[in-house]
Amino acid sequence: MSRTGTNQPLLQVENLRVEIPGRRGTLVAVDDISFAIGEGEVLGVVGESGAGKSLTGAAVIGLLEPPCRIAGGQILFDSRRIDNLPYEKLRRIRGRHIGMVFQDPLTSLNPLYTVGRQLTETILTHSDLSEKGARKRALELLQEVGIPAAERRIDQYPHEFSGGMRQRVVIALALCASPRLIIADEPTTALDVSIQAQIITLLKRLCRDHGAAVMLVTHDMGVIAETADRVAVMYAGRIVEIGPVADVVLRARHPYTEGLMGSIPLVGHDVDRLTQIDGAMPRLNAIPAGCAFNPRCPKAFERCRQARPELETVEATEAACWLYEEAPERSGTDG
Amino acid sequence: MAVGENQQAGVRRGFATHLADGVRRFFHGDLWHSFTRSPVVMVSAVITVVFVASAIFAPLVAPYDPFDLASIDLLDSEIPPIWIEGGDPRFLLGTDDQGRGILSTMIYGARISLGVGFASVLFAMVLGVGLGLLSGYLGGTVDAIIMRIADVQLTFPAILIALLIDGLSRTVLPRDLHGEIWFYVLVLAIGLSFWVQYARTVRGSAMVERSKEYVQAAQVIGIPPLLIMLRHVLPNVMGPVLVIATINLAIAVITEATLSFLGVGVPPTSPSLGTLIRVGNDFLFSGSWWITIFPGAALAILVLAVNLLGDWLRDALNPKLR
Amino acid sequence: MIAFVVRRLLQSIGVMLAVGLIAFSLFNYVGDPINNMVGQDTTLEQRQELRERLGLDDPFFVQYGRFLVNAVQGDFGISYRHRRPVADLITERVPATLELSFIAAVLALFIGVPMGVYTGLHRRGALSQVFLSVSLVGVSLPTFLIGILLILVFGVMSQDINAAVGFYLVPQLPTFGRGDTVQLGWWSTGFLTKSGLLALILPSITLALFQMTLIMRLVRSEMLEVLRTDYIKFARARGLTNRAVNFGHALKNTLVPVITITGLQLGSIIAFSLITEQVFQWPGMGLLFIQAINEVDIPVMASYLMMIGFFFVFINLVVDLLYYVVDPRLRADKAVSGGHQ
Repeated sequence: MSRTGTNQPLLQVENLRVEIPGRRGTLVAVDDISFAIGEGEVLGVVGESGAGKSLTGAAVIGLLEPPCRIAGGQILFDSRRIDNLPYEKLRRIRGRHIGMVFQDPLTSLNPLYTVGRQLTETILTHSDLSEKGARKRALELLQEVGIPAAERRIDQYPHEFSGGMRQRVVIALALCASPRLIIADEPTTALDVSIQAQIITLLKRLCRDHGAAVMLVTHDMGVIAETADRVAVMYAGRIVEIGPVADVVLRARHPYTEGLMGSIPLVGHDVDRLTQIDGAMPRLNAIPAGCAFNPRCPKAFERCRQARPELETVEATEAACWLYEEAPERSGTDG
Repeated sequence: MAVGENQQAGVRRGFATHLADGVRRFFHGDLWHSFTRSPVVMVSAVITVVFVASAIFAPLVAPYDPFDLASIDLLDSEIPPIWIEGGDPRFLLGTDDQGRGILSTMIYGARISLGVGFASVLFAMVLGVGLGLLSGYLGGTVDAIIMRIADVQLTFPAILIALLIDGLSRTVLPRDLHGEIWFYVLVLAIGLSFWVQYARTVRGSAMVERSKEYVQAAQVIGIPPLLIMLRHVLPNVMGPVLVIATINLAIAVITEATLSFLGVGVPPTSPSLGTLIRVGNDFLFSGSWWITIFPGAALAILVLAVNLLGDWLRDALNPKLR
Repeated sequence: MIAFVVRRLLQSIGVMLAVGLIAFSLFNYVGDPINNMVGQDTTLEQRQELRERLGLDDPFFVQYGRFLVNAVQGDFGISYRHRRPVADLITERVPATLELSFIAAVLALFIGVPMGVYTGLHRRGALSQVFLSVSLVGVSLPTFLIGILLILVFGVMSQDINAAVGFYLVPQLPTFGRGDTVQLGWWSTGFLTKSGLLALILPSITLALFQMTLIMRLVRSEMLEVLRTDYIKFARARGLTNRAVNFGHALKNTLVPVITITGLQLGSIIAFSLITEQVFQWPGMGLLFIQAINEVDIPVMASYLMMIGFFFVFINLVVDLLYYVVDPRLRADKAVSGGHQ
């Protein structure tokens, strides 16, 4: 894949819709979302569990589990459409151009093979290196992700590594073929709090070194604030707010984002008390009419219950909220 | 005393609403929904119902009473089914070596096969659920002993255990007595070889419940904890137990048929499907294939239908495996 | 490694002791062994003398110990019915059962596992549905019925069928006994003669069919289970080829549970062979056992029980060791407590 058109973003998701057909009708898990990730950019995707963020990540890399399926929209990688590629072509993109890091390092590695074997296998799949060259590269990768005594550790089995070390191995595996985009699906959720920061720092450093863009899926606003360049907030299958991380964190426009921000303590900001959002996100089969957030929204008014707001540009960010309907730059919407 | 009665009434009312709830949930739930969506399952259910009904009402359904010596004429022996040359319109599926109509002996045979099957499944269920509950509730040595026995028993196939128990009973009991109580011997033999699965399922659930607060609370207000657990554990394990029981019914019918085929099950005086197959097997080479093939087909269809129901139940109650 | 093997060995010996106890109780307390050995006209004194000579008045554990020592040396007593040492009877019959079981096991494994893998990988494929439907029929047909059907088609009706279709469609196959056997030392084999091999065909298919469908269903469900795991998703996300994911990663993980249960299934083939032996009058241990039950020949029953117990324990042991070879986690966790339930 050549790097044409410097202005084109690396990844463009347009009007993506993911459905889960069921016996009781079809659920819409991801509903008409659009976003882009530039070369080397870190996009954070936040939201409660069930908001559709993991499915969005899986859709991008083409690993939606049936019966989930992409029902509309398109995904462009390097200006090429990838959502409709046949399995074999998509496979060549996976790992090579788009890497993925899963949530739980304890279950992401095959327990029956040594770490080295899993690394060399991946390297050999995507390069012309010899068996020996692949092993050398595997060793370098392990050292790069900070595994001590890598020469010895390379021949050990996953169960001989601690959780944090395993997640380092998982990152090394994702980086094997130097992909240009990494989808990290809750990469720290399953880890000890003390190790989370290390892993995030490592991921950030490596992606910078390799020039890889990251789609960081998490429900942890703190991680986003530290790591991301831009952030997309998802609620009930839709993006409710997207923009540069500083703007979203400090001047949240959408009441939901505000609530999210209110529920985490920020150092250096005087808050009298942490707020919390009442209620729970609706189930996919019971999304209310109008704005999906309206039953929980402290600022909801009549309109919110009738029609669904689209993303509108509000100064530096975009938000899908009727509060900003009269915003001056209405023309700048993005379908 | 009055307090006790109130509690009893409460328990009973609780049970009734429970049941009503259950029935409501059943017809509005996924189970009924998936049932109406699958023709194979519906056909299996119909077949099973037909078998069970004709077994229960055998004297009304069967054209002849194969045990009524007056209606049997040896001159009618080995008549082929009516669509084959030499067939007799009185006997749809032909007759056996003694001149009994195959259809009639089959209907009575299915009655015995299903009787033994249901009884042994019930026995295994009561035994397994009881032991599982005890094992999970008491823990410690009792649990260890029960589970070790289960482990050892699981390493041997059920048919072997049934065969052994049946063989043992023949050695212990006088021949005449065995001829009379063969039904109970068979139920015991087959039931004892199937209790382990129930016990394991219930034990797991009981262990979870035991640690919960309401059990301790029940103890405090003086309700026997075992009773309260029964009420809470049983609903949880109803699904799995039902699935195991359905699949076990198929296996129990096969086991009974196999034992009878081997000549150690149901005596020829009141033949089950398996006994009929064994008796008919001797006439296979003389060309009278219908004596063994029709009971065999009936057995296969019955077991297949019950198996299909069991498979569907398991899938419907365990969405993970879908 | 050694500790693991030793622990498994000790467990196996424990189970054998328990089985031995059952066999021994059967032997000594079911009916009166003296009555079974002597005629009606034996006097009370003679009976008492025989009792003492056989040590039937010794304490329980002494008798049990003697029973075990004898059993280990291959002495299982004298058959009431055949008036010959049970050990001789069994030695004659073992080769027939083992040869039949071996062929059936090979059939069941080499057809069942690939079918299971295929149906696991192609869940919704048409061929998978066919396999699954056939397997359900296979599970529902009792072994003896399969045997009877095969006899009907290949033994009784083959000529009629061939005459009806006009060409040689169904071969005539032997349906009774082992055919000609060749004696190799104490082992009699049917593998070396044409009639011996032909005689194996129908019984081995009969015996294999049920186990084959079980193995297929087991492999399929394990495969589906493994394909849902994170490490398979991750392997796909790394762009590994389908082949590498399915066979390198998924199949190998499937093997761990499959080995266990398949091993047990193979054990039950030996047990189930008694049904097949009855259908085809195959002169193996199973037939001997059935006759023993019908004739209340307790020494034969007891020793069959011991033999089957031994086979099962032995197979369990081998399965555990194999398990240990396949799964590195067991190799590392030296403190892991024996079982894998």
